[in-house]
Amino acid sequence: MTRRVVVTGFGAVTPNGNDTDALWESVRNGRSGIGRVTAFDTAGYDCLIAGEVRGIDLSQAFRNPKEARRADRYSQLAMTAAKEAVRRSGLLIENEDPSRVGVIVGSGIGGLKTLEDQHTVLLQKGPKRTSPLMIPMMITNIASGMIAIEFGCQGPNFCVVTACATASHCIGEAWRLIRDHEAEVILAGGSEAAVVPLGLSGFANMKALSLRNDEPQKASRPFDRDRDGFVLSEGAGIVVLEELEHAKKRNASILGEIIGYGLSADASHITSPDPNGSCAARAMISALKRAGKTPEEIDYINAHATSTQQGDLCEALAIQSVFGAHTKDVPVSATKSMTGHCLGAAGAVELILCLQALEAQLIPPTINLDNPDPACHLHHVPSQARESVLRVAMSNSFGFGGHNASLVVAKFQ
Amino acid sequence: MAEKKSIEERVKEMIVEQLGVNPEQVTPKAKFIEDLGADSLDTVELVMAFEEEFNVEVPDEEAEKLQRVGDVVRYIEEHVEEES
Repeated sequence: MTRRVVVTGFGAVTPNGNDTDALWESVRNGRSGIGRVTAFDTAGYDCLIAGEVRGIDLSQAFRNPKEARRADRYSQLAMTAAKEAVRRSGLLIENEDPSRVGVIVGSGIGGLKTLEDQHTVLLQKGPKRTSPLMIPMMITNIASGMIAIEFGCQGPNFCVVTACATASHCIGEAWRLIRDHEAEVILAGGSEAAVVPLGLSGFANMKALSLRNDEPQKASRPFDRDRDGFVLSEGAGIVVLEELEHAKKRNASILGEIIGYGLSADASHITSPDPNGSCAARAMISALKRAGKTPEEIDYINAHATSTQQGDLCEALAIQSVFGAHTKDVPVSATKSMTGHCLGAAGAVELILCLQALEAQLIPPTINLDNPDPACHLHHVPSQARESVLRVAMSNSFGFGGHNASLVVAKFQ
Repeated sequence: MAEKKSIEERVKEMIVEQLGVNPEQVTPKAKFIEDLGADSLDTVELVMAFEEEFNVEVPDEEAEKLQRVGDVVRYIEEHVEEES
């Protein structure tokens, strides 16, 4: 019999708030978390805006100041989200068989700030002065390792790196491992802290970022005619995935069930999406098939839609091709209009929002959708959250490299 | 003018900062690994920080001998130039 995998906890730290309650409160009310960059001086930069995590001492997630100091910001964000997720799950990992508890937490880029700082040290002080902690701090898998150390999780541990699809792949692979009897519990998700000079300049020079510097909160406008790129954000999202019987045995509160996961590659271009969206569509179809659901049974789609001209259009085409005549009935929203694009954390943050939507029976809106692009013809939820009967939701993630992942999550029954 | 801090005080402050330990733990006899919870990465990082702060060079074979806080203070006092 197939093992069922449920979500029993989640945690997030985002530009919209420093835990999942604050995130939901912000997003359900259509509030943007975007602002002018405060982390560093942006003089000379084209893009001056980002979604920053503010007003939280991330070192508090660590046992002592030394551990916090030895963690890049991306790992600090991940640890903060992991702590919330485990706390909410009520899981006492110390009482579990440690070999049956895993961690799969990825990042699109990893410790970019550490790399930047240490490269400056290299240039200014020479090769004998770069930190012995540089490599362990910057590598993209270290957050997963650190979380395992913190909680004593000795089960499966790795991280997937697929740019903006990272967290969805991490969650999907965790789902698969639990189904395959490799673990009972896995902390899965993603983290990103790329709002640093190299990150902001690099994405800007790809012409990927919105330059609506004078109206930061209107900059991320997925599916709007006047969208001009995504807004770089930082954050982390982590879910506690647990085998159903294991969760029931400890009377855990069940927040939803992961029922489908589909993957594909565009094999088209390093950064531009496949123009007709057929490969992204295949990920959605595959996820639906795994879930045993027809397109008509999907009650809400949280789109990947980042607010780039091409990406949003290709996703709209993909949704149209998968959902056919049902496209006009299936509500779609792009919560990146409020959170910005948390890159490797995005898929987890958005899956959490799907779970919160299922719980509240409320679809979070796409803000700034003032003039819907007629080419992105979908059943949008503009400006304001909408009450709706929600049983099953889909979350899409697509990353540079042509990596596509779709997750299907259901209200637990 | 404020009194200039002694080498011992500066070393102690750096250890407290980098290892996240309480100042009272940092006695001359305290061993970095056994008493102050340092690992191999910490010890490399600390030696680098001392080299930079006091403008001294600590060859690897010497660094290995610096197991206690007092060893470091003594080494720096012996090798530092133009202090005070």
